[in-house]
Amino acid sequence: MARITAGVGCSHVPAIGVAMDTGNTNDVYWKPVFNGFEKSREWMKKQNPDVIFLVYNDHCTAFDASCIPTFSLGCAAEFKPADEGWGPRPVPVVKNHQKMASHIAQSLILDEFDITIMNDMEVDHGLTVPLSVMYGDVKPEEEWPALVIPLCVNVVQYPPPTGNRCYNLGKAVRRAIESYEEDLNVVIFGTGGMSHQLQYKRAGLINSKWDKNFLDLMTRDPLAASKISHLEYLRETGSEGIEMVMWHVMRGALNDEVTEVHRHYHVPASNTAVGHIILENNT
Amino acid sequence: MAEKDYDDIPGTFVFDAERSREGYHLNQFCISLRLQSNRDVFNRDEEAYLNSYPMTPEQRQAVRSRNWNLLLELGGNIYYTAKLAANDGINFQNLAGKMTGMGVEAYRDMMLSGGRPIEGNRSNDEWEKN
Repeated sequence: MARITAGVGCSHVPAIGVAMDTGNTNDVYWKPVFNGFEKSREWMKKQNPDVIFLVYNDHCTAFDASCIPTFSLGCAAEFKPADEGWGPRPVPVVKNHQKMASHIAQSLILDEFDITIMNDMEVDHGLTVPLSVMYGDVKPEEEWPALVIPLCVNVVQYPPPTGNRCYNLGKAVRRAIESYEEDLNVVIFGTGGMSHQLQYKRAGLINSKWDKNFLDLMTRDPLAASKISHLEYLRETGSEGIEMVMWHVMRGALNDEVTEVHRHYHVPASNTAVGHIILENNT
Repeated sequence: MAEKDYDDIPGTFVFDAERSREGYHLNQFCISLRLQSNRDVFNRDEEAYLNSYPMTPEQRQAVRSRNWNLLLELGGNIYYTAKLAANDGINFQNLAGKMTGMGVEAYRDMMLSGGRPIEGNRSNDEWEKN
């Protein structure tokens, strides 16, 4: 049977992708950001997942204001990197485990999570930047080392789903994955954050103390983390910090008890605080 | 309009259903610039391109004058208005430098020294005191 062995929490700042795509990861500004992912890349090689279940948000790329599904699951055979206004990222097309994705879609809906099924979708930096930071440079003509099942969460138009809803969805995702027959090693990613505000007069807000406490809760008390209110995210972590709700899907899919094998936190990357954590399921 | 619990957060717009409704055509215009083919048409003749989006005259003027804060006040959302900025060669960080009124250099320096602190930036009361 398929099993979830670990979870990864990770920022998806577009500027991180740009730094990688333009070969600037060693400059003074970016080096401290990427140093924190060296251990993660080693870990990924050893962990060698067959499938990554990747929770991310679309930035008005696949979905503009005309259609805003709260949760949508990528069920297409593959997902092309989109042009977000400065040309598509030079990274490989993302390949799905299509049979498993449709199994998960069916399981989630019967488990009362009424997700949207996407059979044609381009993916933006929200999905490809986490793959890039965790795997390092992969050229467009190569392949990503794992198949990827994307779960896209609306965090652009308020309100996004609650932390509690995301946490419980994570549990349903786990039930879906563990009821799939093939023997597969699955790692789940929750992406976005950490504290940041991109807009208007309070732009640039960073709340490191809050962020570090959030990382602590991810490891030790995920239930408490899932109860954080939308108002608290908006006020304490900036209007865009609320995308951290997506981390709860990842955490909900893991055991209550996990081992934190790596953590990285750095300010700044563009307008944001970069946060990253790797949690292994205790066996 | 009913008070919302997030109205008290200073210098911040929460892009809720109400703002989404007000900004719909403005945001759809902005997102159209995601594609090079549309950027080409827009950059050849802005006025003609804007005619295909039924924005309010205020929204249209804010686009013309690249008044980034006014675009948000009129229902624009940052992920959308950032496409207009990208068309003009302005990235997220430099756009924030403009919106905060700090300028690009001062904003970048603030981020390098840890960002805007949360202390003093939680509520409108705190901003009014200063």
